[in-house]
Amino acid sequence: MPPVPPRSALYGGLPEPGPGGFDGQLLAFAEDLRAEGMALGTSELLDAFAALDHVAWSERSAFKVALAATLAMSPEDRGLFELVFERFFFRAAEAEAARNEIDAHGALKGGEEIDLEALRQQIAAALRAGAEGMMGDLARLAIAAFGRGEGSGVVGVDVQRIRRALGLRTEPQPDLPGDDPRRDGLPREQLRRFESHLRRELERDAIERTRSLPPKRPLSDLDRALPTGPVQDLAAVHRVVAQLKRRLATQGHELRGRKRHAHVDVRRTMRASLQTGGVPIDLKYRPIRPRRPELFVLCDVSTSVTSASTFFLSVLHALHDSFRKLRSFVFIERISEVTELLERERDFRAASEAIGRDAGVADISGYTDYGRVWTEFLALIEDELHPRATVIVLGDARTNGRPPRDDVFALITAKAGRTFWLNPEPRLYWNYGDSVMAAYETHCTAFECWRTDQLEEFVKALTR
Amino acid sequence: MPISPSSVAEVADGLRDAGYLAGGTTALVSYLATKLDKPVLVEGPAGVGKTELAKALARYLDRRLVRLQCYEGLDEAKALYEWNYRKQLLRIQTEAGAAGWQDVQDDIFGEEFLLPRPLMTAIASETPVVLLIDEIDKTDQEFEAMLLELLSDFQISIPELGLIEARTQPVVLLTSNNTRELTEALKRRCLYLWLDYPDLEHELEIVRLHSPELDEALARKLVEVVHQVRELDLKKPPSIAESIDWARALLLLGASDIDEVTFAETMSVIVKHRADLDTVAARVGVTLARPSDATRPAA
Repeated sequence: MPPVPPRSALYGGLPEPGPGGFDGQLLAFAEDLRAEGMALGTSELLDAFAALDHVAWSERSAFKVALAATLAMSPEDRGLFELVFERFFFRAAEAEAARNEIDAHGALKGGEEIDLEALRQQIAAALRAGAEGMMGDLARLAIAAFGRGEGSGVVGVDVQRIRRALGLRTEPQPDLPGDDPRRDGLPREQLRRFESHLRRELERDAIERTRSLPPKRPLSDLDRALPTGPVQDLAAVHRVVAQLKRRLATQGHELRGRKRHAHVDVRRTMRASLQTGGVPIDLKYRPIRPRRPELFVLCDVSTSVTSASTFFLSVLHALHDSFRKLRSFVFIERISEVTELLERERDFRAASEAIGRDAGVADISGYTDYGRVWTEFLALIEDELHPRATVIVLGDARTNGRPPRDDVFALITAKAGRTFWLNPEPRLYWNYGDSVMAAYETHCTAFECWRTDQLEEFVKALTR
Repeated sequence: MPISPSSVAEVADGLRDAGYLAGGTTALVSYLATKLDKPVLVEGPAGVGKTELAKALARYLDRRLVRLQCYEGLDEAKALYEWNYRKQLLRIQTEAGAAGWQDVQDDIFGEEFLLPRPLMTAIASETPVVLLIDEIDKTDQEFEAMLLELLSDFQISIPELGLIEARTQPVVLLTSNNTRELTEALKRRCLYLWLDYPDLEHELEIVRLHSPELDEALARKLVEVVHQVRELDLKKPPSIAESIDWARALLLLGASDIDEVTFAETMSVIVKHRADLDTVAARVGVTLARPSDATRPAA
């Protein structure tokens, strides 16, 4: 019988201590950043070391800012840097502590009596006041009071259980006494921060119990995913749109101003040559005009992709100025035009509600029927399609077992100049289950589109 | 005598004396810029004080500010140097016949006939300067590529003259509104500073610094309202400069409180779009108190 591995090995154990010392740690950190997709050159690292010569390492914020200024060179990279920085240095410190068998909160494990109600009040008051410094300690107290013994072992579940036990809510609780700080509800941002403190303390606990680090969780792509769904904050959606808009506004210019290719405008050249006695000295060129395509957008709004598609439609409508003509359709089993509705309704949430209410695209089952949609679309729009028109389809190509009718789809793509397909699912999931992406992909250009940068790539391709 | 700071706190204090309240990050990156002799790329939304930072740095370090405003189609002749053709022609004419070809040729391509443009000025200056390259994202990529030599080695090659190296080390700030992605090569040569709208307390301090006569309670209310307005989805959210303007406007009007009426009358100072005005009036205006007769200034 093989020997039972020590418990810690089950959890991955402690990582090998890296190439020692400060330099080694920093290099390991850079490796982590690279693994998450940041382009870090040696020159940036050299800069980082040079910068660290000039700041106090003992100050966390100064240390972090110096690294950020030399390593993370765009707002997107900055967000990534924050996440990786937190993860890396938390893990590094914990690994070191576990190796040296240091216990951070042995003092609280004695099961002292804690006045629960007072603790509730105290935490709520700290949250209202936004006292960041106290939150870590309070989180530890809260875990000591509510967390031990009955822990489920899953950090996320425990966090929510403790939050409920503390009675912390964002909505007002009018039945509490007047001087209770929880009465008017707590600021959402503060609550979120407190939860992250709780999570951190619970993770630390787990590490101390098992004497091993949990497996390193790569930043889920969710952290970088497109802001979809009305739950997520609208500001993020609008930031993406505003950025795209500015990019688009400047994009044509790069091509226009300079003489990238020369089409001599004969008429204007001859006209100008009159000044020099008929000798064409100054050549006049035709200006390059940006392409302003005619767009037909088809959006799947069945439940599986609805949030992605409404977001996408609102992006397109925000970009309305860039296109000569834009007609939008939504479909599930049938197809329905929503161009006017989206022009009228500027608010993202209102628009998605109105589509759900008025469009009348679900017929019986509420499952997408691509075959029927293509037929209806072709009948509706056949005469208007021409080689300068662009058709964009947004959908997951999941037919629910119905015939895909890619022959009809081929007819559409043959009539239109360009056809793009945006699939909100990662490419990995294409053609699994009832997805028939392969059948459609042969007729059009397919993009996966579930992250901001992918959307941007697509918009670039569209306006090219 | 130009100053060379020796700690981050010194930079923060110096900038404050120059009329610029720097956040911790800003002070630290400015300090690193003077220490490492690297350019700083400053990005952020419009009106958070990117250009102002360069001006304040120049005032604090007691250096001259050389500014290059970028725009589409900016080329070397306007950014680096240009030969002074007229002067060269004059020179040739006065020497006509007397001197040989070689002499004249050596002569007319001398520094005397060079018209220095901002970048050249910054490099060749006897005393160290602060060089501000404003809105770098407005130029095209070719121009960016041209900057690379200047930013990494602080030198300019002129075909006729050879290499011109910096006599003094300028502090370089590049600002960008992030309208297009700058090239990796340019970013690699810079430190990066992201400036965002300041938090409430910080902005309050800024407003107080610029209009100290304004009543503290009123200033706080003003900043709170501005923050509220920024939360909305606007075409152009109000910048710091606009909150300062608003503070001045309120001072001039002698307002003692921001109520519904004062707000409606003065909100065009902070909101500059027709559609935005309606949104703000509907969402923020109504949350303010109605004016009582006593506090209403006589119109």
